[in-house]
Amino acid sequence: MEITPTNQILAVITTNRDRVGGSAPIFYADSHEELEQISIYLARIFMAAIHDLGNGVYIIVKH
Amino acid sequence: MKYLFTIGLAALSGLSARLYMLRRDYRQYPSYPQGWAVHLFIGFIGALLGAVLVPSLVEAEFAAVSFLLMAASQFREVRNIERSTLEKLESNELVARGTAYIEGIARVFEARNYLAIWTAFIVAVTAELTAFLSIWVRLAASIAAGMAAAGTLNYLMRGPSIKDIADVQLTNIEFDGPILVVGGVSVMNVGLSSARERYRTQAVAAEIIPKDVDAKATLANIGQMQAIAHDASAMVGVFMDVGEQEFTPLVRRDPDSGKLVVVMIPSEDNEDAFLEAISNVPVLESAIRKPLRSVAGRMMDRR
Repeated sequence: MEITPTNQILAVITTNRDRVGGSAPIFYADSHEELEQISIYLARIFMAAIHDLGNGVYIIVKH
Repeated sequence: MKYLFTIGLAALSGLSARLYMLRRDYRQYPSYPQGWAVHLFIGFIGALLGAVLVPSLVEAEFAAVSFLLMAASQFREVRNIERSTLEKLESNELVARGTAYIEGIARVFEARNYLAIWTAFIVAVTAELTAFLSIWVRLAASIAAGMAAAGTLNYLMRGPSIKDIADVQLTNIEFDGPILVVGGVSVMNVGLSSARERYRTQAVAAEIIPKDVDAKATLANIGQMQAIAHDASAMVGVFMDVGEQEFTPLVRRDPDSGKLVVVMIPSEDNEDAFLEAISNVPVLESAIRKPLRSVAGRMMDRR
């Protein structure tokens, strides 16, 4: 049986190094375009959804 | 073999009744030759049971009657078979049916066998009651009774659909920052600007406004909400692919008014078809609530 973590933050993608920390994998981006690009790649890899926290931080969450 | 006419005719009537009910079933369940063969055969066994019941009662063979009733309990298995099949297939659905819907479908399949038994039983009774008449009169009377029985039972079994308990209408889609807002209800956080753009251009949304307190309580059932999402996407077609969670059809509830909002990106843009699909989603038997039948529910309604 396949086990997938749901409703957990699988990855954090940000342009702002000061705003993030903690145990989830963090990906830094230099621009907003790069931020969106990394988010799309990660979301496709995890088959998960991208959420915008509104402060330059995106998270990948599987529902 | 003086009961051959009764048994043969009643069994055939029960089988025809099962066939008739199988035909009405197209949308709820994918129909395939094997499935038909299984259900027709089980229906035939049921019809035979109903048919044999009458001669054994007439002959006062009560041991036979009890055996037949015991055999009838086998039909409970039908529900288990349907449930486990649908549950196994659930992971292959882009938009899940949900356990409540599966339970409803399984229950319908079980109940239809009992309807086949009833039809066969009624035909057998008619054939025996008219035994003193000529064979053509018996035939005509039995067939008429069988058709009336199958028609009536089918009619009584027909549950309400969404349009009977609520008004369905189109509503607007907007974004509050990354939050998708449909008809004033926050639905989800869509992070990607390209996904938001797709929602703006391609999505359709509807609101389901309950007609009374009973409808409000019924629509609040999570299984019912999932069934709406599944059926709407099954009928209209859905744009999403495996793993594209942004585009999953969503049903959310407005806590203030009790209305539901449905948003999805259909494979083809046809708003009328979308509304029609939602209107025809069956109200699940397990979701139906009747608070108005209670004193407290009526007190809430007067408010």
